[in-house]
Amino acid sequence: MTSQEIAALLSERFGERILESKPDDMNPWSAVDPSCILDVCRFVNSDDRIKMDHLELLGGVDYEDRIEVVYVLYSMKHRHRYTLKCRLPREEPKVATVESVWAVANWHEREAFDMFGVVFEGHSDMRRILCPDDWEGYPLRKDYKAPESYRDMPV
Amino acid sequence: MEVDYSGDIMTLNMGPQHPSTHGVLRLVLKTDGEIVADAVPHIGYLHRCFEKHVEDVDYAGVVPFTDRMDYCAAMNMEQGYVLAVEKLMGIEVNDRVRYLRIIMAELSRIASHLIAAGTYGNDIGSFTPFLWCFRDREKILDFFEETCGARLLYNYHWVGGLMHDIKPGMEQKIVEFVDYFEPQVDNLNRLLSDNYIFIQRTANVGIMSPETAISYGVTGPNLRGSGVQFDVRKDEPYLGYEELEFEVQVGKGEHGPVGSCWDRYMVRIREVKESCKIIRQAVARLTPGDVREKVPKRIKPPAGEVYMRTEAPRGELGYYIVSDGSLKPYRLKVKSPCFTVMSAFREVSRGAMIADIISILGSFDIVLGEIDR
Amino acid sequence: MESIAKLLQAIPEYDALPELLQFLIPIVTSCVIIFALLALCVLFMVWLERKVSAHIQDRLGPMVVGGWHGWAQTLADALKLFLKEDIVPASVDKVLFKMAPFIVFLGAFAAYVVLPFGASSFVTDLNIGILYIVAISSLSVIGIIMAGWASNNKYSLYGSMRAAAQIISYEIPAALSIMAVVISVGSLSMIEIVEAQKGSFLNWFIIKNPFIFLAFIIYFIASLAEVNRTPFDLPEAESELVAGYHTEYSGMRFAFFFLAEYANMFLVASVATTLFLGGWTLPIPLLSEIIPGPIIFLAKALLLIFIQMWMRWSLPRLRVDQLIYVNWKVLMPISFVLILGAGWMAIR
Repeated sequence: MTSQEIAALLSERFGERILESKPDDMNPWSAVDPSCILDVCRFVNSDDRIKMDHLELLGGVDYEDRIEVVYVLYSMKHRHRYTLKCRLPREEPKVATVESVWAVANWHEREAFDMFGVVFEGHSDMRRILCPDDWEGYPLRKDYKAPESYRDMPV
Repeated sequence: MEVDYSGDIMTLNMGPQHPSTHGVLRLVLKTDGEIVADAVPHIGYLHRCFEKHVEDVDYAGVVPFTDRMDYCAAMNMEQGYVLAVEKLMGIEVNDRVRYLRIIMAELSRIASHLIAAGTYGNDIGSFTPFLWCFRDREKILDFFEETCGARLLYNYHWVGGLMHDIKPGMEQKIVEFVDYFEPQVDNLNRLLSDNYIFIQRTANVGIMSPETAISYGVTGPNLRGSGVQFDVRKDEPYLGYEELEFEVQVGKGEHGPVGSCWDRYMVRIREVKESCKIIRQAVARLTPGDVREKVPKRIKPPAGEVYMRTEAPRGELGYYIVSDGSLKPYRLKVKSPCFTVMSAFREVSRGAMIADIISILGSFDIVLGEIDR
Repeated sequence: MESIAKLLQAIPEYDALPELLQFLIPIVTSCVIIFALLALCVLFMVWLERKVSAHIQDRLGPMVVGGWHGWAQTLADALKLFLKEDIVPASVDKVLFKMAPFIVFLGAFAAYVVLPFGASSFVTDLNIGILYIVAISSLSVIGIIMAGWASNNKYSLYGSMRAAAQIISYEIPAALSIMAVVISVGSLSMIEIVEAQKGSFLNWFIIKNPFIFLAFIIYFIASLAEVNRTPFDLPEAESELVAGYHTEYSGMRFAFFFLAEYANMFLVASVATTLFLGGWTLPIPLLSEIIPGPIIFLAKALLLIFIQMWMRWSLPRLRVDQLIYVNWKVLMPISFVLILGAGWMAIR
C-alpha cells in the first residue's frame, strides 16, 4: 500500500482521532490522539492490508510546546513503512504502552521514559534503562541542565 | 522488584566486568542449579548520551560520534548517518563514491563478522579460531589504515562523498585479499563450525522462533538465522546494491531446529563469503572520479524529518533525523540493532543452562557501544 | 630407591647411623630427586604448551627470555608468581583456604613414587602399584572442593562442584580401562606390567590386544577429564566462571594449582605410557642399548602430552551435562565391554 492509502485507511477507520496526516512527506506520518494510540497500533498490527508487524523505532522528540512520541512502523509482509506520532503536553507526558502489540516496545519505551520523562501507562517495568536508576532529570529534553554532582561524584 | 524465595533459586550476577559479556553488560541470573529461571540484562554502563551531544555539533561533526557506537563496524555506522543526511538534502553521489562505499561497508562487515566468530569460539572454549580470525582482520584494518589513517574509528564517510580516495593499486590488493581470504573461511569451518562439540553446544540452544524475532524487532543475521528472508540490501536497496548479485543467507536448521545459535552463527559465516562476492563486483565496477565532488560547503538540510536504514553487520541500523533548517541536527535518534536483539534476550534464554547463556549471548553478537550509545 | 640404598651402604660410615636415619635417607633423597625431575618437567611442559599453542594459532610464542625461543620464560613466570604478595581474602575459611593447594598437589605428586622411569629408575615397586596411583590421585578432589568452599565465592563454589562431579565420574572409565590391562598381565605392579611388554613392538599392549587399544583411547579421554583439560575444562572455564575454583588464589598458592595441573598431566601420560606403550622398553636392538630407559619413557610421555596440548587448542569445551552424558552413557558401557573382552583374550 502507498502512504496515501494507509493515511486514508486510518482516517476512515478512526476519523477525528487522526489529528493530522502528511503522507506526501519524505517520511510519511500521521498524528494520532494519544488516548487511542493503543487501538490504532493494534489495528495496524492486525489488519491484513497494513500488517505493521515490525516496530522499527519508538522515540521521543522534544519540541518547544510539546513532546512527541514517534512510532516508525514497517510491514515485513507488504514492505511498506509508516510513522505515527503522539503529541503530549510537556508538563505530564503520558500515553498508553504498546508493548502488548510489539514486544520490543518494552525497551524502547523505557528509553523514552529515561530520556524524556514520558510515562507509559500499563508498562510492566517502567524504570530507567540507560541512566542509573536514581538519576534526576530527563537528559534529552531541551531544557535539561546536567546536575553538578551525582552521589558526590562531580558530573 | 519482587524477591522470589521459592525453591533453591540462587541469584548470580554476571558483569559488568566479565570475560564473556562482550562489553560492559550486567546479567542478573536467577538459577535453579544449572538451569536459569530468569536472565535480566542491565545495560547503560557505556551510555555516553550520543543523541544529546550531536545536537551541539554540526552535521559533519556528527560522523566521528557515529563511529563510536558500534566500534567494530564503524564504517557501517557512518554510512547509515551519511546516507540519511544525503536523503534529507537530496544529494546524489557519483558512481565512484557509491562503489567505494560499498567496498568499505563490505570489508567492515567481514571484519565485524570475524570478531563475532572469533569471540564466539572463545566463549565456547576453542581458543584458536579467535587468533585466526584476527589475523585476517588485521589485513582488512591495514586497508582502512592506508585509506584514511585509522584502524578502528575512521571519520571516512562524509556527507556527499568520502574523506580520501583509495590509493592507486589498492583495488588490486583488495581483490588479492579476497582471493586469499575465501579459503580461510573453509579452514575456519573445518576447525569450528563443523566441529561436533561446537554443534552440540550451539545447535539446540537459544531457539528463537520467527514470530518472536519479528515481535522483538530483531533484524540482521539474528533474524535470518530464524529462517526469515529479509535483508535491507535486497528489500530496500541503497547505494546501488540492487545492481550487484549476491544471495541472502538464511538459517536452515541443518543441525537442529531453525533459529538456534548455530544457525545465527552460520548465517554470519556464509554472509562473509557473500561479502567477498560483492567486493569483487564492486571493484570491477569502479570508475574514476572525484570523491569530494558533491560534498557541500555548508551542510544545511531543509526542515523536515527522515528515517533511513541500512544493513549493518549486526542488523538493521536506523537513523531518524529531525532537522529544523539550521546547521545542527534538531534530533537524531538511532535505532540500534543490538538494542532490539538484547531486549529479546530474556525471552530466548528462559530455561537454558548457565553455559547456554554464554552461547546465546555470543550468538547474538552484541556490542555495548551500540546498545548504550 | 633401592639403588640409592645400595649406593649408600657402600659407604662404611653409613652403617654407623641409627636405623631410623638409614631408613629415611634413601626415601628422602629419592623424593627430592623425583620432585626435582617433576619441577623440570613441568617447567618444560609449560614452555611447550605456550609454543604449541602459539604455532597452532599462527603466532610465535615466547621468543626472548633466555635467548633461544624463550626457554626461560617459565622460570621468569615462576619467579614472578613467587614474588607476589600473598593475598588471603578476609572472609575465607583460612585453614581450608591454605590447605587446599597443597592437597591438590599432594594427590598428583604422591603418585610419582611408583612410576617406573627405567629398569631401575623408580622410587619403589609396590606390588599394588597401579591401584595405589588410582587411589592417591583421587585425593585431589578433596583439595578442589576445599578450595571452592573456602573461597566464599559463588563462582568458586560452582567451579569446584563441577570439577568434583567431573573427576569422580570420569575415574570409573579410567579405572576400568586400567583394569583391562591388569587382567591381561595378572598383576597390579607397575614393573611387572612393563616387563610383560618387553620383547617386541607387538608386545606393547596397545598393539597386542584390540580391546586394549580401545581401552587406551578410553583411558586417554577419561584422563583428560581427570586433569581438567579441554574439552573437559569447564571447571576452569575462563569465559564462564572467571576462573572457577582458583579464582581467589594468587601468587604462590595459584602456582601450586598450576603446578598440580601439569604434574597431573605428566602423571596420566606416564601411566598411559607404562600401561599401553611399553614403558621404557624399545625393541630396536641397537638403540635400546644406547638410549637409557628414562629417556625413552620421557619421549613417549611427551608424545602423549603433545597430543593433549594439541587437543586443547583445537577443540571447544563440552557443557556440563554433555560431559556427564559422555561419561555415563558412552564411556562406561564401552569400558565394561572392554573388561569382558580383555578377560576373554587373557583366558584364551
